[in-house]
Amino acid sequence: MIRFEPREPASLGRMIAVSVAAAVVALILASVPMLFAGLNVFEAYGLMVKGAFGSVFAFTEMLTRATPLILTGLAAAVAFRAKLWNIGAEGQLYAGALAAVAVGTGMVSGPSYVLIPLVVLAGALAGGLVMLGPTLLKTRLGVDEVVTTLLLNFVILLFVQMMLEGPMKDPMGMGWPQSEPILDGAALPKLMNRMRIHWGLVIALVSTLGVYFLLKRTVWGFEIRAVGENAAAAKHAGIPVTATFVRVGLLSGALAGLAGVGEVAGLKGYLTADLSPGFGYSGIVVAMLAGLSPIGVVFAALFIASIFVGADSMSRATGVSNYLADLIVAMALLCVLVSGLFLRFRVRFIGVPRSREAAE
Amino acid sequence: MSEILDILLSANFWAASLRIATPLIFGVIGALICERAGVLNLGIEGIFTAGAMAGWMAVWLGAGLWGGVLVAALAGGFFGLIHAILTVPLGLSQHVSGIGVTLFATSLSYFTYRTALPDVSSPPRIEAFKPLDIPVLSDLPFIGPALFQQTSLTFLALALVLATAYVLYRTPLGLAIQAVGDNPSAVESQGLSVYGLRIGAVVAGSSIMALGGAFLTMSAFDAFFFGMVNGRGWICIALTVFASWRPGKALLGALLFGAFDAFQVRLQTEVGSFIPGQVFLMMPYLLSIAALVVVARRADYPRALLVPYFRGQR
Repeated sequence: MIRFEPREPASLGRMIAVSVAAAVVALILASVPMLFAGLNVFEAYGLMVKGAFGSVFAFTEMLTRATPLILTGLAAAVAFRAKLWNIGAEGQLYAGALAAVAVGTGMVSGPSYVLIPLVVLAGALAGGLVMLGPTLLKTRLGVDEVVTTLLLNFVILLFVQMMLEGPMKDPMGMGWPQSEPILDGAALPKLMNRMRIHWGLVIALVSTLGVYFLLKRTVWGFEIRAVGENAAAAKHAGIPVTATFVRVGLLSGALAGLAGVGEVAGLKGYLTADLSPGFGYSGIVVAMLAGLSPIGVVFAALFIASIFVGADSMSRATGVSNYLADLIVAMALLCVLVSGLFLRFRVRFIGVPRSREAAE
Repeated sequence: MSEILDILLSANFWAASLRIATPLIFGVIGALICERAGVLNLGIEGIFTAGAMAGWMAVWLGAGLWGGVLVAALAGGFFGLIHAILTVPLGLSQHVSGIGVTLFATSLSYFTYRTALPDVSSPPRIEAFKPLDIPVLSDLPFIGPALFQQTSLTFLALALVLATAYVLYRTPLGLAIQAVGDNPSAVESQGLSVYGLRIGAVVAGSSIMALGGAFLTMSAFDAFFFGMVNGRGWICIALTVFASWRPGKALLGALLFGAFDAFQVRLQTEVGSFIPGQVFLMMPYLLSIAALVVVARRADYPRALLVPYFRGQR
């Protein structure tokens, strides 16, 4: 018999320990499918570590992969803090990328210091606006935002495909459904020569500090946390619950939109319909692993990115499918969910309670 | 106008409607059973994928079609059990657990498929369910081809609607499941196990969801593709709200949905040159959102949906 006893708010150390333990357990559990695939587990993990950290190139690739994950992780973290279940970061990412391409391929011209902020702003705005719909449906009509955000992911991806095969198709693209390349002056500069790592990472880190400051030090941040803990009580205390949801929705969508800007204006240079391998969904795992803490999101994103980049490299060396990475990430989400119990409760193992009750 | 009439008057259109509705019927009935017991199961999208993959692979390995159906149901039950343990006795967030189960079931299915078939370019095909030829009924003019030339799985789905309605409304078990989703402490005071009922309902519901996935690989197509579920699970979650958690309305909702989808595919061939195909492909998702908006105001959610129950706690 197991009993859960509520405990005091957890210390930072305990929160970190719980997330790290969840990640470790997920890695251990992943050895089961690895064995089934005929891998030597230690060798495979060795290859993964080497693939993510083994060289300057590997390390910058990992950071490049972490860039969108930090932003979608923040998007999920900020929304989940208010218990606004935005599962639509994938769609908002594409909306941001689409807006960035629309603005950055010649709609406006000018020097870089005008173009780049415009591209970034357009992407953030597009992501925010996409999330505004489900948020208003929730606050005005009581429509569950989980399902609407999930369904919108499919609608937006189809819309992107439509634009890429229609009005936004690159006439020089050899018939491929892809957008025109972003102008050099509108692209986010690279951070290092001959590497793919780009200024999106700086945007992600600045956003992290911004969200941290917002949640910790501002009235709006206090309202977000209050609404998340108990919306009814917050309303009773005079907190504008509806306005808070709208602000959170806009912010969350904008952060996911920025992820799209980085991928298209920093990394790829043009938009295709396979821009994101599920960064929006992985962002949920990042946020949960981070305990919804903005600073934690950076570390969780680095972990998830190293799994993905490491597994790609391991997969090239061994021929085992890199869906292994998605599997580890999914297990990490389930593990961190369970390990959260150890934050909120003291878990007591009690022997044979029934017979004791009978004896008393 | 006459084209639209032609579409509606063809038996082929009604047969397609029922065919498109079949996986949704499985999905909505499964989701409805979980939610009636108080547990939202967002694992559905992944459970569809797992059912599709497991059922197909069992047949491919020689288990026979009904063996494949059984394997799919067991796979669904397995992922349902994970979701049930996390959300019922452990009382963890049903939203996050459901998303976690979807990611887990999807990635495990894809990984297993890729590991079993490392380098195939075109997915191997199986001998799928064939449309039944029912004596007399299948030969009726119009009605025969429209309703009675479906595969066994479609008839299984329809039978499950009846069975679910019967169990839910006419048996003590069904009443207990309804009660556990509305007022679990009252159920506990009757000496019934809240955990047992909820876990049982989620596992059973998940097994049924998985059959929706199995229909895709074992009846609609004869192979497994990545991304083939394509949001059908989420559509079922929306349809469950639309159906007010009632099996009869769930059937109606799924059929309406199937009819609309079959209609737009046919309309597309008529006017496809003017409107990009993606507009039509968006329709199911937009329609699901519209269905949610329409019923939002009067949606009568099971009162204890999303609320974890802890023994001895009011």
